[in-house]
Amino acid sequence: MKSAARRRVLAGLGFTSPWIIGLATFTLYPVLASLYFSFCDYSILQQPVWIGLENYQRLAGDEVFWIALRNTAVYAALAVPLGVIASLGLALLLNCNVRGLPIFRTLFYLPSIVPVVASSMLWLWIFNGEYGLLNASLAPLFALWGGAPPAWLGDPAWAKPALVLMSLWGVGNSMVIYLAGLQDVPRELYESAELDGVGVWRRFWHVTLPMISPVVYFNFIMGFIGAMQIFTQAFILSAAANNGDGTLGSPARSTLFYTIHLYSTAFQDLRMGYASAMAWVFFLIIAGLTWAANAVAERRVHYSS
Amino acid sequence: MPKANPAARFAVYALLVGLGGLFGVPLLWLLVTSLKPVEQTMSNPPTWLPYAHYSEIGGKRVDVVLDARVTEPSVLVEDVATGRRDLRPVGSVAADNPTLRVVGMAEPGWWLVTERNPAAVGSRPIREVLPPEAIESRVQFRWQNYPEALAAMRGSPPDVPGVPPRKPNPEQDAGFPQFFLNTVIVCVLGVIGAVLSNALVAYGFARLRWPGRDVFFAITLATMMVPFPVLMVPLYGVFKNLGWIGTLLPLWAPAWFGGAFNIFLMRQFFRTIPEELSEAARIDGASEWRIFWTVILPLSKPVLAVVALFHFLFAWNDFLGPLLFLTRRQTYTLALALQQYQSQQGGVQWHYLMAASAVVILPVIVLFFLAQKTFVQGIATTGSKG
Repeated sequence: MKSAARRRVLAGLGFTSPWIIGLATFTLYPVLASLYFSFCDYSILQQPVWIGLENYQRLAGDEVFWIALRNTAVYAALAVPLGVIASLGLALLLNCNVRGLPIFRTLFYLPSIVPVVASSMLWLWIFNGEYGLLNASLAPLFALWGGAPPAWLGDPAWAKPALVLMSLWGVGNSMVIYLAGLQDVPRELYESAELDGVGVWRRFWHVTLPMISPVVYFNFIMGFIGAMQIFTQAFILSAAANNGDGTLGSPARSTLFYTIHLYSTAFQDLRMGYASAMAWVFFLIIAGLTWAANAVAERRVHYSS
Repeated sequence: MPKANPAARFAVYALLVGLGGLFGVPLLWLLVTSLKPVEQTMSNPPTWLPYAHYSEIGGKRVDVVLDARVTEPSVLVEDVATGRRDLRPVGSVAADNPTLRVVGMAEPGWWLVTERNPAAVGSRPIREVLPPEAIESRVQFRWQNYPEALAAMRGSPPDVPGVPPRKPNPEQDAGFPQFFLNTVIVCVLGVIGAVLSNALVAYGFARLRWPGRDVFFAITLATMMVPFPVLMVPLYGVFKNLGWIGTLLPLWAPAWFGGAFNIFLMRQFFRTIPEELSEAARIDGASEWRIFWTVILPLSKPVLAVVALFHFLFAWNDFLGPLLFLTRRQTYTLALALQQYQSQQGGVQWHYLMAASAVVILPVIVLFFLAQKTFVQGIATTGSKG
């Protein structure tokens, strides 16, 4: 190799050397090790023992695994579309040339940077069945029909909707992304639409939405990946719901999400081989669904440049 | 954007104010709860302001807790043996009852009150029935909840004067100052590492041409697809082999080796800097390191700030990392310590829990107001470039 070329390679490798080490140690090795462990009987205390496909076969018949998968799917199916609607709705409101925009934007954005442990504590308190602010506000409303508001985190049917509600409080981050996207839509498009006498709804449907479709797609994918990995809120709220007796997913496994089940399989039961098989199934599900969304986006998302 | 009619504008503002209220109320509720005395957190219906109640009892002004509102004509009785006082309906206590002595009468609308802080430790607090006009109520924020809540995060009870101090136990004696220090270490070392390493690596990808670069960069982007739960189990093994489990290292040291997303973000920025600047420096005989350090970095402050800010937020908020890798209580970060505090208190001390949560939230809010522009620009660029 010529010396100039060698120098270029050395400089390139030199600058990227931290990442070569980091990528190998903290990403590539773990990914491959996880794949290997998924075919093994392995606890961190002993060497892994190869057992072939047994972990995957057992997963198919594992009732708790399916419960965790279904819980996660239900949560994502509620939280992702509602999150997109809420954040886009807020951004559209803020984009109406309103006065006091910075104040409103701050108000909507701030909850999204509140540390999730602290916001979980706050919502634990708000959802409290006895003294919680939410039920105190809802009680008169429910009383009109002679009912009572649900016990939220104490009720298996309402624990997931409660977590969705909490996630909606944190849509500020994607709202800011939408707002930036909306402000990039060329003014002329609106003006010509107005000249043509197009109504507000059709203008949104035929001008705004196509123009910001890449942003919608981005937020949708990020929201989906985030929702599938819901952990901290559910961990804290369910740990509080069972008064610290160690069973995760309370009440009645209604908040036993995939990552929570994975965590408890790996780090509480020390069944790390089985947990690795779960991790890989999870990886394939997320990759598959992201790929599917991408295929849809190829046809629907409008990239202007 | 469009010139809308006044009715539509009114609707927009009404919606904004209403929704703004919904978004703001939880944080306001957190603040209000954190400043209440404990019994007022559990009032039904909830109240929005913390009150202190004072009353003139036996010639001195006493800070009292309102226990219950009298709903029917009642008597205040005292157990002769124990001195305990309770409210009973009129006529339910025989006049010649040997164990109960009637010490007061109350009409509907009166209050049963208890002294908040008995003068002497262990003495029975004063308990009386009082008409509403004898009670002076005013709004008073209990700021002392904050130091009390932080003190309660300690695993072992505080030393009591007069009692010989217990044997020191670093595990249980660790309290808020230790957790705060741990969190600051993780955040500061992580931020420095993330900024330096990602800038260095991104320079190698953005400003240098070398064979293999594009393949390597493609691999880098591909690793962004891997969800953290997949890495969780082997990472634990990696840190265990490195001897890092039980120390703070797993939470900040990996940041010194770069991260795919931040490399991508910085590379995008570096590529917008005109190549002529580097060329001019090269002609002057500057090394690549010098160009990186004296030409590129000074021009890249906005993206460095974005990476620093988002890494700080990540490190401050992270819960799963500490949960997995911190095994000793004295290494806990605030996020983990707050959760442990909650699960040990069983969730009754809502005023303390909200005060401790407010302390964890406050630095993030302050940071937001100091670096608002970086926040908004950072989110917008990360969003539109994805």
